[in-house]
Amino acid sequence: MSDVLDSYQLLLKGAWVTVQLTLYGSALALVLALVFGLVGTSRLRAVRALNRVYVEFFRGTATLVLMYWFFYSLPLIGLRFTPMFAAVLALGLNVGAYGAEVVRGSVNAVPRAQYEATVALNFTPLQRMRRVLLPQAVALMLPPFGNLLIELMKGSAVVSLITISDLMFRAKQIQASTGETLWTYVAILVIYFVIAQVLQLAVRLAERRVDRMLGRAPSREASLSTIAAGAPGAEVR
Amino acid sequence: MPPTDTTPDAPSPKKEAAAAVLPRGGAPGIRFEKVVKRFGSNVVLRELDFSVAPGERVTLIGPSGSGKTTILRLLMTLEKLDDGLIWVGDDTLWHMEKGGKRVPANQRHLHEMRKRIGMVFQQFNLFPNMNVLRNLTEGPVRVLGLSRDEAVERARGLLDMVGLADKIDAHPSQLSGGQQQRVAIARALAMEPRVLLLDEVTSALDPELVVGVQDLLRDIARESDLTMLCVTHEMGFAKDISDRVLMFDQGQIVEEGPPDRIFGEPSEQRTRDFLQAVLAS
Ligand SMILES: Nc1ncnc2c1ncn2[C@@H]1O[C@H](COP(=O)(O)OP(=O)(O)OP(=O)(O)O)[C@@H](O)[C@H]1O
Ligand SMILES: [Mg+2]
Repeated sequence: MSDVLDSYQLLLKGAWVTVQLTLYGSALALVLALVFGLVGTSRLRAVRALNRVYVEFFRGTATLVLMYWFFYSLPLIGLRFTPMFAAVLALGLNVGAYGAEVVRGSVNAVPRAQYEATVALNFTPLQRMRRVLLPQAVALMLPPFGNLLIELMKGSAVVSLITISDLMFRAKQIQASTGETLWTYVAILVIYFVIAQVLQLAVRLAERRVDRMLGRAPSREASLSTIAAGAPGAEVR
Repeated sequence: MPPTDTTPDAPSPKKEAAAAVLPRGGAPGIRFEKVVKRFGSNVVLRELDFSVAPGERVTLIGPSGSGKTTILRLLMTLEKLDDGLIWVGDDTLWHMEKGGKRVPANQRHLHEMRKRIGMVFQQFNLFPNMNVLRNLTEGPVRVLGLSRDEAVERARGLLDMVGLADKIDAHPSQLSGGQQQRVAIARALAMEPRVLLLDEVTSALDPELVVGVQDLLRDIARESDLTMLCVTHEMGFAKDISDRVLMFDQGQIVEEGPPDRIFGEPSEQRTRDFLQAVLAS
């Protein structure tokens, strides 16, 4: 066990790479989710089709396959990505597809009466979305987004297959050099768990903000969803 | 959970306030010309004709499903008409002139036409992501292009008028139904519409909150020259505010006249049956 702890610098390095992958990947996923999710709420069938194509394609492809594709196949046609870029692209595209469904569903779930009020006040279509529908939809998006964020973080554990030295890679490295199979994997289990808790906390804070915007006490449903996601925010009020 | 009022709903608004903030002049008339509206195979309005004079207050009554809400929603451009014309002032709402021909309205035409019309909904429909002030200023700032200061000043005047000046920073969820509806009325008026549509605006309210909203609307009716189209089951209220009552059934006008006559001595059997049913409920 002490051998494993001696390698803590390697573990921290790996954890930092995992955190970076998560942050960049989720930033990309968020942008894609918003763009393709909103596209999916359009009244025009042709525009909505864009959403379907993106969602169905990237939801149906394994992140690892995408990564291989970006890293090993694209160079064959002259497109060369760094491993990090390929990994972020694959993670972002995949999770973005799930996120787009969350965005689309949330916007569509805002009561129709809210839309009608914006028409009665003569808002333009853009103002309707920007000022009323989207802010209210965000409240519905946050809990599932929290889950997707953690999914993305956990899903990044395969990136060593395209030569990235993430937390999982460092663990294998330490395990091989020390022979401490048990304690090595206990250590990264704990680190992955801690990262997930921090992410969950960030989402909780965002949920609080949205609750304040909507003028309501933090809702019970929100705390239930965090229990389901395995977070500590399960305090009973 | 909606907050419950412990204090009685605020008293009738100040009339001077109403006179000061309500816009005047230029209220258009409304005319329906052979208007047809269908939902699937259900023909809700069949070649409906009626008109409302500039500044006139008209109340629509009639049994459930007779198409009253549909008429208001067509005017607010929330439903599309299937045939016929709707005139607001000198312009058609759902059609525009193009190359000497009458073609379906585009978004820009609808945007222009909607400037003249405001609507208050049964369920208030305030924006829960904004406080009361923002609910009142968002439209004037973003749509009418007022400066924030101008919009805030207008909002203060209107909140004063509806008796909720102290709720300016409150959140819709912190208001009673009656208070929310009064904010919703102020929000509609903040856009300076010349036609005001009211669809059963007190029917979602607890009985003790109804009077406050009705008093407010009475004052608005008295102090403004808006063209008003109102759907209500409250006969006393309808008598007070309307110049004329239209009785609808099955998408057609059964009978019309001044409120005293329609409520006092209706000539049609269907009107009598309807009024009896309303009084019994
Ligand atoms: N969106 C819709 N889709 C299908 N049918 C509709 C829709 N809206 C209204 N209808 C139908 O149109 C008819 C008229 O409805 P409307 O709401 O205008 O009646 P109303 O006179 O306002 O009734 P109430 O007094 O119950 O409010 C009803 O038969 C109703 O079922
Ligand atoms: Mg109705």
